[in-house]
Amino acid sequence: MPEKPKIAFYWCASCGGCEESVVDLAESILDVVAAVDIVFWPVAMDFKVKDVEAMPDKSILATMINGAIRTSEQEEIAHLLRRKSQYIIAYGSCAHLGGVPALANQFSREHILEYVYRKAPSVTNPAGTVPQPNWKDDGHQVTLPEFRHVVRALDQVIDVDYYLPGCAPSPKLLAAAVQALLKGELPPKGSVLAPDVALCDECPRKESKPTEVSFAEFKRPHEVIADPNLCFLAQGLICMGPATRSGCGAACITGNMPCTGCYGPPSRIKDQGAKILSSLSANVAAEDEKEIERILSGIPDPVGTFYRYGLARSLLRRRVDLKGNS
Amino acid sequence: MENNGKQPRIGVYICHCGFNIAGTIDVNAVCEYAKTLPHVALARTYKYMCSDPGQEMIIADIAEHHLNRIVVAACSPNLHEATFRGALQRAGLNPYFFQMVNIREHASWVHDDRAAATAKAKDQVRAAVARVQFHKPLERKRFNVEQSVLVVGGGIAGITAALEIANSGKHVYLVEREPSIGGHMAKYDKTFPTLDCAACILTPKMSEVREHPNITLWTYSEVQEVSGHVGKFHVKVRRKPRFIDEDLCVGCMECVSACVYKEPKFEDEFNEGLGKRKPIFMPFPQAVPPVVTIDPETCLKFKTGKCKSPCATVCDRKAVNFDQTERIEEIEVGAVIIATGFKAFDATRLPLYGYGIYSNVYTSLEVERLVNSSGPTAGDIVCRDGRKPKAIGIIHCVGSRDKKTNRWCSRVCCMYSLKLAHLLREHTGADVYQFYIDMRCPGKGYDEFYERLLDEGIQMIRGRAAEVTDWTMTPEEEGKLVIRVEDTLSAYVRRVPVDMVVLSVGMEPAEGADEVRRMFNISCSKEGFFLEKHPKLAPVETATAGVFIAGCCQGPKDIPDTVAQAGAAAAHAVALLDKGYVEIEPNTAYINPDHCSGCKSCIPLCPYHAIVFDDGLKKARIDEALCLGCGTCVASCPSGSIIQNLFEDEQIFSEIDEVLSNV
Repeated sequence: MPEKPKIAFYWCASCGGCEESVVDLAESILDVVAAVDIVFWPVAMDFKVKDVEAMPDKSILATMINGAIRTSEQEEIAHLLRRKSQYIIAYGSCAHLGGVPALANQFSREHILEYVYRKAPSVTNPAGTVPQPNWKDDGHQVTLPEFRHVVRALDQVIDVDYYLPGCAPSPKLLAAAVQALLKGELPPKGSVLAPDVALCDECPRKESKPTEVSFAEFKRPHEVIADPNLCFLAQGLICMGPATRSGCGAACITGNMPCTGCYGPPSRIKDQGAKILSSLSANVAAEDEKEIERILSGIPDPVGTFYRYGLARSLLRRRVDLKGNS
Repeated sequence: MENNGKQPRIGVYICHCGFNIAGTIDVNAVCEYAKTLPHVALARTYKYMCSDPGQEMIIADIAEHHLNRIVVAACSPNLHEATFRGALQRAGLNPYFFQMVNIREHASWVHDDRAAATAKAKDQVRAAVARVQFHKPLERKRFNVEQSVLVVGGGIAGITAALEIANSGKHVYLVEREPSIGGHMAKYDKTFPTLDCAACILTPKMSEVREHPNITLWTYSEVQEVSGHVGKFHVKVRRKPRFIDEDLCVGCMECVSACVYKEPKFEDEFNEGLGKRKPIFMPFPQAVPPVVTIDPETCLKFKTGKCKSPCATVCDRKAVNFDQTERIEEIEVGAVIIATGFKAFDATRLPLYGYGIYSNVYTSLEVERLVNSSGPTAGDIVCRDGRKPKAIGIIHCVGSRDKKTNRWCSRVCCMYSLKLAHLLREHTGADVYQFYIDMRCPGKGYDEFYERLLDEGIQMIRGRAAEVTDWTMTPEEEGKLVIRVEDTLSAYVRRVPVDMVVLSVGMEPAEGADEVRRMFNISCSKEGFFLEKHPKLAPVETATAGVFIAGCCQGPKDIPDTVAQAGAAAAHAVALLDKGYVEIEPNTAYINPDHCSGCKSCIPLCPYHAIVFDDGLKKARIDEALCLGCGTCVASCPSGSIIQNLFEDEQIFSEIDEVLSNV
């Protein structure tokens, strides 16, 4: 029996949801397991880094890496897996675009550590201890990965072959990607493995959007009970759908929540947040500046709204005065 | 890169523009630098690239050096982009394989540091060289021009323009808001400086409009909606009901005599409220069209329904029609002339001059009616309180040259004030005082008219009048209005008692000018007057092709200037129609149907209504004939599915990358 293709999974700065999505394959995961050997998957199986190091270069067919890159450890493993793999697939929003962790690029490392370890209301830390990369304890040298200055998307650290978008990617897309890998029917390098058209295309509420939408106010989902059939934008709720790739099957919409943009922009767009912002603000129904301010005050956190997943890969990328260069 | 598979071979030309560029920028250094850029096959400088030898040089180089992209670093593309595109075309190259770099307005004219300006010019050239490689061959599109013109506004500007065009054999739709054409000029008594009777020179033109076979005249009508573009504007005109069949009414006025109101009772708009009219009325005897109008606000039939309507009974032509309703006419025209005129400054905004407070304070327009032999007093100068004035004060610059109201000079007030002074003195023999800031009389025969008035014994007091008051200090002021003023030539404060005060009100943008502006998609200056395309070289064109402006809607002006402008606008419109076609620049936008998600975000944004939603495909589509390439939809398309020719992402981003690559 010929050797089965080898597949690896790894997680970086992520929430674990992407790992869940692999398990969400449910019984079809058995087909995957039947077709491939999973050679590295820290969340589910016991492998060590030295096992990977021992593998010949390019011996893994494909590695799916989820999560953004924040620490030196993530960087190191990403480089290692790049060496060992024929294909690297950035799996999920964080690896693809930086994801939610990249919203931290609005703050300096010092600010984050200070807040998380000392100032946050839930913290009890009388000694004011903050993690250090190197520490001597009882004569032993203890090391921790270094916490870098910025959060990066995977392709800002290593060469990436394909992207599976989403927070998390839908099992359907994963299954399709694995099939494509096994059959060797892959699109051009650098492709995002999802349709290159915005979500409205597959939105069940598309018909309900009026031709002339203009915004007299913006509301947030917790402030209203959304009409389950009407386009969210027509209800004054910000929906990222027009600037976001389809492929999720309009999952959030079906759950009566507007799209938050996790699939990232279609290939033609460099900056998802800027694009939706440009589109929405062009349709703000205001005659004077005061009115504009009143309407826009309905969006208290523009970065968190429009760049929720895409900050690291946007033109903005990060605050300019963050120290150092990761 | 669409270049038949060939590598780009770029020719770069740096213009000296005499010393305009070369005086500040080291053009040779820019040229040498350009030679080092990727794909640049040759680079040259020349004293005037736009000259024939300059263009011939490009054409010869294209042939000899097999150039397939051209960059010219010179002045603004507004000036010479078309020139150089023409040169490319003559050389057999697609004219859009061209990029112009503005190193004059953007560099040499705005900097004096030679080294920095030269470095900036290099950055600009580098960006253009990067961009031009991505240019694609494009073609201009041609559309036929509708052989008719819409003229909006039936004052002397609109009348003149309409007649000029109609006389050239083209059809004109003349739309006027009021029941009659004639505009402000119809209200004037005499015109300065010749003292021609305004009606005598205007009414023949009004009649000519009415009788002209090429003019469709719609009075009591307003433009409601405009779409389309140069050569083919689709216009909806709302025709308000006048409750009279215009085709049947002959203006015999029997109905007016028969009206249940035996005496005129309502404020007469044409006479500035100084006279009265009935609910059924003709604004003035020479009105065109010579038909009556029923005002439903004052007519008993409409107000109570209980009138026996003798007006209808008496009309043997059965022209009275109480059931008439608003009608919408839809027309297609090739060009539009906007001549919507002005509004006189509202003198109640300056209560210190007492208008609306003291009955004997008048506006200049009221006095025009008062001195007119067909006016409310048949030319008899009698004040509202019945007295015949022995002393009259004329206050200039009311609502002009005043930071509190309007900053601008209304240009005509000095002259019409002199004219009114002459007429008032002629009619009454009264002492007439002029209170002026500066006497502005530039025009043919204008200063001479001023001289003449000085000889007629008009009192000239140089100073902005401070106030008009009935608070008297001496017995001789008793019962009079006192004008307080600092006489700046004699340097003391004077009190001048008069019986009648005339406020020379300035000109403001007409009522509704802003809606007109939006409808026709033209701009206005900060005062609200419509903006011409160029203040010197394109005074009647606007930024919207095919829309021209004439008369006071563009800014205050007198009758000769208005008529000249109307003629110019008419000539532009006729030239456009005679040419028969318009060519549209190919920098239009289009939607890739495979990429569009049908989110409809772009549709309300298009100022030209060029985007439609295709209900079959569930995607948006741009009508390229309507697109003027403004780029609004392109920038706002949230999924990047709209592409604009000449402004494609790779073109713009390569340009940005290069212009910033030294930063």
